[in-house]
Amino acid sequence: MDWINQLNPTMQFAIFSMLKVCVVIFLAVMPIVAYAVLVERKVSAFIQDRVGPNRAAPFFVKYLPVVGPFLVRLGIFHPLADGLKSFLKEDFTPAHVRKVYFWLAPAIAVVPAMLALAVIPFGSTLGAQKMVIADLNVGILYTFGIVSLGVYGLVLAGYASNSKFSFLGGIRSSAQMISYEIAMGMSVIPLFMLVGDLNLSKVIAYQADGAWLVFKQPIAFVIFLVSAFAETNRLPFDLPEAETELVGGYHTEYSSMKFALFFIGEYTAMIAASAMMVVLFFGGWTLPFAGLDQPATTLVMGFAHIGIFVTKMLVLMVVFIWVRWMLPRFRYDQLMDLGWRRFVPLALANIVVTAVVLWALHAK
Amino acid sequence: MIVKRANLSFWERLYLPALLSGLQVTWRHFSRTFFAGKKVTMEYPEQKWVVPEGYRGAPYLVRDQSGDTKCVSCQLCEFVCPPKAIKIIPPGSSGKPAERANAEKMPAEFEINMLRCIFCGFCQEVCPEEAIFLQRDYSLTGLSRGEMIYDKEKLLALGGTHAGVQKWKHKLDEAKEQETFPVKG
Ligand code: SF4
Ligand code: SF4
Repeated sequence: MDWINQLNPTMQFAIFSMLKVCVVIFLAVMPIVAYAVLVERKVSAFIQDRVGPNRAAPFFVKYLPVVGPFLVRLGIFHPLADGLKSFLKEDFTPAHVRKVYFWLAPAIAVVPAMLALAVIPFGSTLGAQKMVIADLNVGILYTFGIVSLGVYGLVLAGYASNSKFSFLGGIRSSAQMISYEIAMGMSVIPLFMLVGDLNLSKVIAYQADGAWLVFKQPIAFVIFLVSAFAETNRLPFDLPEAETELVGGYHTEYSSMKFALFFIGEYTAMIAASAMMVVLFFGGWTLPFAGLDQPATTLVMGFAHIGIFVTKMLVLMVVFIWVRWMLPRFRYDQLMDLGWRRFVPLALANIVVTAVVLWALHAK
Repeated sequence: MIVKRANLSFWERLYLPALLSGLQVTWRHFSRTFFAGKKVTMEYPEQKWVVPEGYRGAPYLVRDQSGDTKCVSCQLCEFVCPPKAIKIIPPGSSGKPAERANAEKMPAEFEINMLRCIFCGFCQEVCPEEAIFLQRDYSLTGLSRGEMIYDKEKLLALGGTHAGVQKWKHKLDEAKEQETFPVKG
């Protein structure tokens, strides 16, 4: 590894950043997306007294004596089959769509969700490298800026499809995401008033020293959680898709890989939202015992931190999935009512109260 | 009927009770299926639903107690069948005689197109001979349309036997009794 040390710092930075991007996207996000879909299907099946996917069995399974059939019953191979199917299916472009936007929309839906992951510190250090792709000082502002771009993919898909179902889905998504963006943005302000820094690594360091922010700011957490559901179009706020009302919502006209991209976008957004919540409210990669709350000095500790982070994130993903099979969809006006008349004032009040408390504490 | 909208208390309006009971219900179902394995579905091709006696599945022809074809080719079922799934070729004047004593004829060919049949049971209801019954098969498969047209042999083989009221046997017995004198009661 000498040649790496001989390179100048800019080159080193570039190489390691590329490496981290590739590893995070292809070895972490994509498999998590694929298997989150499996978990979704399994959890929904169990909640509805079914067994869920348990059929897909590639040729090599019959050479594995006991493990093979067990894995098949778990449905482990279904995501692979799903992916293959998305690639092989006919990519149908209806005649009535606006072609350019129709092709652009799926990409625009996926990219912001992935970009949002860039600032998430998913571990402390591994060797000399910080386990965050971009350690920005404006971390959270960057996230909100990028995440709000996600709505363009959906709106564009709704517009480009030139069909009333998609159009309604697009309109709903724009209204919904814009309103919840505000509540979400305001809900985290008290956090940064406490931490005194926008850098997400600092937020984690702050929580390592004291209690997790979910205990200090429970109201902020609730608002953030609900807004995250709305932002990622998950039930009970999946109005842009609303299968029962709008066929498929904004992606009604899409098929094969383009449809799969919307799916990947949705699940990546879920990952990003869960990761964000872990960082902001659940202490990121730290655990308050066994010395796990300090940046790692050894490789083992580094991997342990990544493991802690991923575990916390997966738990929150399961919450996302579970809620989908628990609650019915909100009506459109109820959704807007909840956003504008409940959460925005609540978030504002939370800011004021936090400010007053901080002022009182510091005044003495 | 006008359903009165109940005024929700503050606690209820927080959505929290609904959330909690939702969690309770889903957890109950999840644990029941996941830990206790009490699923309500069946894994179809391997496990098959055993339908109860009297289920109205596919119509098959039956034989009588002595193994003879019961159908007398009256073509009532062909006439009544709503989707025209039945096709009967009568024996004609030079065809094979009926297997049963006392019956006049039996069909030369009897086909049911299972792709058309809607399992309505009209054929069973209309049949004067108790010769056709809707039986317990509900999932018929085939690799071609031709395969799904069941002919007489197949229908008889699948149908099994069904003695029924044995009207012709009684008629025959009665007729025999009349041969002797004096005629009994
Ligand atoms: S069950 Fe109904 S549809 Fe089927 S053959 Fe009999 S009469 Fe025709
Ligand atoms: S099955 Fe019954 S109704 Fe149909 S032709 Fe035969 S005897 Fe007549």
